[in-house]
Amino acid sequence: MALPPYASPVERAWYYSFRVICALIFFFLIAPIFVIMPLSFNSEPYFTYPMPGYSLRWYDVIFGDSPQSILWQRAIKNSVIIGFSATLLATALGTVAALGLSRANFPFKGVVMAVLISPIVVPIVITAVGMYYFYAQIGLASTIPGIILAHTALGVPFVVITVTATLVGFNQNLIRAGSSLGAGPARVFFKVTLPLILPGVVSGALFAFATSWDEIVVVLFLASVEQHTIPRRMWSGIRELIDPTIAAAATLLIFLSILLMVTMEILRRRSERLRGIKA
Amino acid sequence: MKHSLTLTALAATGIAWAALTGPSPAVAQDSITIASWGGAYSMSQRKAYYEPFMKETGITVLEDEWDGSMAKVRAMTETKNYQWHVIDAETPDILQGCDEGTLEEIDYDRLGGRDRFIETAALDCGVGTIVWSTIYAYDGDVFPEGGPRPSTIADFFDVEKFPGPRGMYRFPNPNMEIALMADGVPNSEIYDLLRTEEGIARAFRKLDEIKSHAIWWSAGAQAPQLLADKEVVMTQAWNGRIYNAVNIEGKNFVIVWDGQLLDLDYWIIPKGHPETDLAYRFIEFASRPEVMANQSKYIAYGPTVKAAIPLINPDILKDLPTAPENTKNYLRIDAEFWADYSDELEERFEAWLAR
Amino acid sequence: MTTIVPTADIVRTADGVPLKVKLRRAERMRKIRAVSLIAPLFLFLAVTFVMPIGIMLFRSVQNPEVSQILPRTAQAIQQWDGEGLPGEDVVAAFIADLRAAKEAKTHGKVAKRLNYDLSGFRSLTLQTARRLPPPETPPSELLDKLIEIDKRWGETRYWATIKKAAPPYTMFYLLAALDRNFDVKGNVIHAPPEVSIYIDVLERTFWMSFIVTAVCFLLGYPIAYLLATLPTKHSNLLMILVLLPFWTSLLVRTTAWVVLLQTQGVVNDAAVALGLWSERIQLIHNRTGVYVAMVHILLPFMVLPLYSVMKGISFTHMRAAASLGANPLRSFLKVYVPQTMPGIGAGILLVFIISLGYYITPALVGGPRDQMISYFIAFHTNTSVNWGMAAALSVVLLFCVMIFFGIYNRFVGIEKMKLG
Repeated sequence: MALPPYASPVERAWYYSFRVICALIFFFLIAPIFVIMPLSFNSEPYFTYPMPGYSLRWYDVIFGDSPQSILWQRAIKNSVIIGFSATLLATALGTVAALGLSRANFPFKGVVMAVLISPIVVPIVITAVGMYYFYAQIGLASTIPGIILAHTALGVPFVVITVTATLVGFNQNLIRAGSSLGAGPARVFFKVTLPLILPGVVSGALFAFATSWDEIVVVLFLASVEQHTIPRRMWSGIRELIDPTIAAAATLLIFLSILLMVTMEILRRRSERLRGIKA
Repeated sequence: MKHSLTLTALAATGIAWAALTGPSPAVAQDSITIASWGGAYSMSQRKAYYEPFMKETGITVLEDEWDGSMAKVRAMTETKNYQWHVIDAETPDILQGCDEGTLEEIDYDRLGGRDRFIETAALDCGVGTIVWSTIYAYDGDVFPEGGPRPSTIADFFDVEKFPGPRGMYRFPNPNMEIALMADGVPNSEIYDLLRTEEGIARAFRKLDEIKSHAIWWSAGAQAPQLLADKEVVMTQAWNGRIYNAVNIEGKNFVIVWDGQLLDLDYWIIPKGHPETDLAYRFIEFASRPEVMANQSKYIAYGPTVKAAIPLINPDILKDLPTAPENTKNYLRIDAEFWADYSDELEERFEAWLAR
Repeated sequence: MTTIVPTADIVRTADGVPLKVKLRRAERMRKIRAVSLIAPLFLFLAVTFVMPIGIMLFRSVQNPEVSQILPRTAQAIQQWDGEGLPGEDVVAAFIADLRAAKEAKTHGKVAKRLNYDLSGFRSLTLQTARRLPPPETPPSELLDKLIEIDKRWGETRYWATIKKAAPPYTMFYLLAALDRNFDVKGNVIHAPPEVSIYIDVLERTFWMSFIVTAVCFLLGYPIAYLLATLPTKHSNLLMILVLLPFWTSLLVRTTAWVVLLQTQGVVNDAAVALGLWSERIQLIHNRTGVYVAMVHILLPFMVLPLYSVMKGISFTHMRAAASLGANPLRSFLKVYVPQTMPGIGAGILLVFIISLGYYITPALVGGPRDQMISYFIAFHTNTSVNWGMAAALSVVLLFCVMIFFGIYNRFVGIEKMKLG
C-alpha cells in the first residue's frame, strides 16, 4: 500500500515509523540466524565480534577424525537414516489415509481424524515420556527402529493435513474418467491422482522430514549414545561445552533449512498454478 | 497402488533393518558399554581405562554419557532391556538402588577381596573408582592477587565482599551441607542437624542469601564453562574439572579447598544383566593398582585401591582432594544420610528453586 | 438380454437389483475402501503413539507398591479403623512382609512410595528393615519391638499412611499434581507449603504462554499487515524473512540465542557500545532470555495465519469507510481489524497451545524459576524417578492443552492449520 500523495503529515509520519517498526521486527526475526553463521569461522573459541581471525577448525571438529568428530559423524548418519526412513513411512501411511479420508463419510470420522492429528497436538514431553516407558518394555528403546517409529508418528499428521488439503480441490470425476477408460486402480493412481496431489504429498514429506530432523525431546528420552542425532549433539554442546562447533553445526543446518524452504516455495507456486489459483 | 505402497513400506523397513544391523551393543562379547559423566572426567577414563582395556582384551568400549539419573538404570532392570554394562555412579544412588533391587550385588571374591580397597570404597553394590570432591573455584582475573580473594566457604556466601554471580550445583547434595558449613555449624554436627526440620530450614535460609546471585548447573563440564565465559565469578565444581581447566587449558582459576566435600564414585552393574561377566572383567581391570594409578595423569582424582596410592603421579599429589594441605577443613559426604533423605530433600530443593 | 418386467414402482438396474440396494451396496463398498485405506495409519498410530501415552497416563492412578510388595499388610490393615494403633495381626503381617521384601530387595520401592505420603518414611522403613525382630518373637510383643527400633511406630499417622497407600489404585498423584493430599481421615487437604509448587508452576506456564502469545501478536500483526499489503514482488522477498526462521531448527535458534545473549555475547557487546545500558547485564538463565527466544521461535506461527487471512481482505471497505469520513485509525480498527479476527484467533490459539508444552527452550535458556510444567514431567521421569507424579502432571498438562485445542478446532478447524 503506497502512500497516497494527499497524505497528511501525521499520516506521513505514521507511514514511515510503521515501516521502521516492521524493519526492526524483521531484523529481530532474521538477525540471530545471520549472526551465528560467521561465528562458526572464528579462529578463537569465543562468540564475540570482531573476530580475531578466521579458520575452519570448528568444521574440522565435525568432519575430522578426533573422538568428537566420530560422535558428530555418527550423529549425522543417524539423523539421515532416521529422517529418511521416518519420512518414507509417514508419507506412505499418511497419503493412503488422506485418500481414504477424502472418499467417504463413515462413522466416527471425527474421532479418527482427531487420532490421526493428535501427534502434533499432544505436548512433546508427554509423547516422549509415554514412548520411553512403552518402547523400553518392548525392546525398542535405544534402537534406531524405535526412534524411526516415534518420528514417523510425529510426522504423519503433516502428511495427512497437506494431502487432505490438496484433495479438497480434487475432482473425483477424473478418477471415474480414468476407470471408465479402462485403467486399473493402480494405473489411475499413478497416472491421474498422484500427479495432481503430488505437491501436497511432497510438502507433507518435507514437513515430516523437518520434524524428524529437528526433533530432540523424543531422542533425549529414547536414545542412548549410539543413536544420538544432530540435535542431540547440539543439546550436549549447549549444555556442556559451548564452543563454535555448535555454531558450525547450526550453519550447516541453516543451509539445509534454506534448501527445504526453497523447495517448499517452488512446490507451493506449482500447486497454485496447477489448480489455477492466481497469486 | 497397494503394490507400490507395499514396496515403499518395505523399502523403509529395509532401511530400518540396515540401521539395526549396524554396530549394536548387544552383539556377542566384542563390546562393552560404559556410562559415565562426560567431559574431562570421561576423557581421563578413556585414557586410563578404556583404551588399555581395549588393547589388552580386544573388547571395544562404547561410551555413553549420563547425568546420574537412576531412572534409566531402573527402566533397564525392569524391562530387561540393558543398554549399559557398567555405570559410574554416586554413593546415595547406589545405596538406594541396592535397596530397590536395581543393582547387582558385587562379588568381591572376583575382585581380589574387599580389603584391597580403602575404607568405604567397597560397597555392597558398587566398587569405588575415584575419590573426588566438591570445591568452589573463582576467576583469578576477577579477584586478582594482592586484592581480597575468597578463601573460606563462608566467602562463597558473602556477596558484599565478593560481588558477582555464583555457579551452583542444581541439587541439594551437597548444597545443604555447604550452607550449614558456611553458617558456622561444626562439621561433626552437620548431618545430625540436617536430620531435623530445624536444620533443613536453617540450610535453606542460608541458601536464600545467595539465591538471587546463583546460576545453576547440572552437568560437570558446565561449571568451568560458566567460569570461562565469565557468566559467574565463582562456582562450585568438581575439583578435577577445575584442575584440567587450569593445567590443560591454561585458565586462571583458583580452587578454594576450605569446606570441600569429599565423596567417592563407584562402578555399578545393573541387576540381571546377561553379560555380568564382561562387566566384572572390566571392573577387575580398572581396579588393578597400576591401571588405577594411571588415571591421576589425566585428572586430579584420588585412587580407591590401597596399592595404587604409592604409584600415583607425584606432581598431582598436592592437587588431590586428599592432600594434607587441602583437608584442613573438609566434610565426608554421608551416603547413608542421602540415601534416606535425598527423595524428600530433592523435592523440597526443586520446590525452593522454582519459587 | 431377456426382457425384464419392471415391478411397478421400484427402479432397478440392468441386472435386476433395485437401485436403492445397489446404491447402498456401492456406498458400503466406498466406505469399506475408505476405512481400509485409513486403517494402516490408524493402527500404526494406535500402537506407536496412543497406546504408549495411554499406558503412561494410567500410571497416574496406579498404586502397586504396597499392595504388591506388602500384600498381607495391605489386606490386614483394611480392617483397622485408623484410630490408635493397629492390632497384632496387622503388625505381624507387616513384619513378615517387610522381611520378605528385604530378602527380595524390593523394600526400597515401598519405602520410596510411603515417603511420598509422609516425609521420613523412607529412612524409617529402611532402618526398620535392617533391624527386624526375629521371626520367633511372639506376636503380642511385635509392636513394642518396632517401637523399640523407632518410636515413630508408636504414632498413628505412620500406620495410617500405610493404610492410605494400600489400595492398588489411588487419586494420590493427581491430587499431588494440584498441591492437594488426603489427610488421615480421607479428606482432601492442602499439601505442606514447602513442597507445594505445582499450582504455581501451572500458573507460571499459563502466564509465560500468555506473555509470549501477546508479544507474538503485537510483533506479528504489523508485519503480517505489511506483508499482505505490499506488492507481491516485495512481499515475497520479505516473506523469506519469516519463512527462514520457520524452517530453521528449533535447536539452532535456541543455540543462536544462547550465544547472543551470553554476558560476553553479541547483544551485550552491542548494547554497551551503543550506550543502551552501561554494564553488561544478565540476559540468559532468566525469564528475559526465555521470552526473547520463545517469541522468536513462535512468531512465524502467528504471522502465517494472520497473513493468509489478511491476504484475502479487500481494501474497498477501508476506502468506503474513509470516504464516509472515518479517520484512518478508526476505519482500521472498526473495519479492517474485525475482518482479520479469524487469523487473530488462529494465530493466538496456535501460539498459546504450542507454548503450553514448551520444554527445550526454557531448559536451555532459562533458570530454575523459568521452567514450565513440561520440565517437571521430565524431572519426575528422570531425576526423582517418581513416575506416578510424571504421569499425573502429564494428565494436567494434556487436559489444559485439550481444552484450548477444542476451542481451536471449534472456531478454526484442524484442517485449516496453516503449514507455511
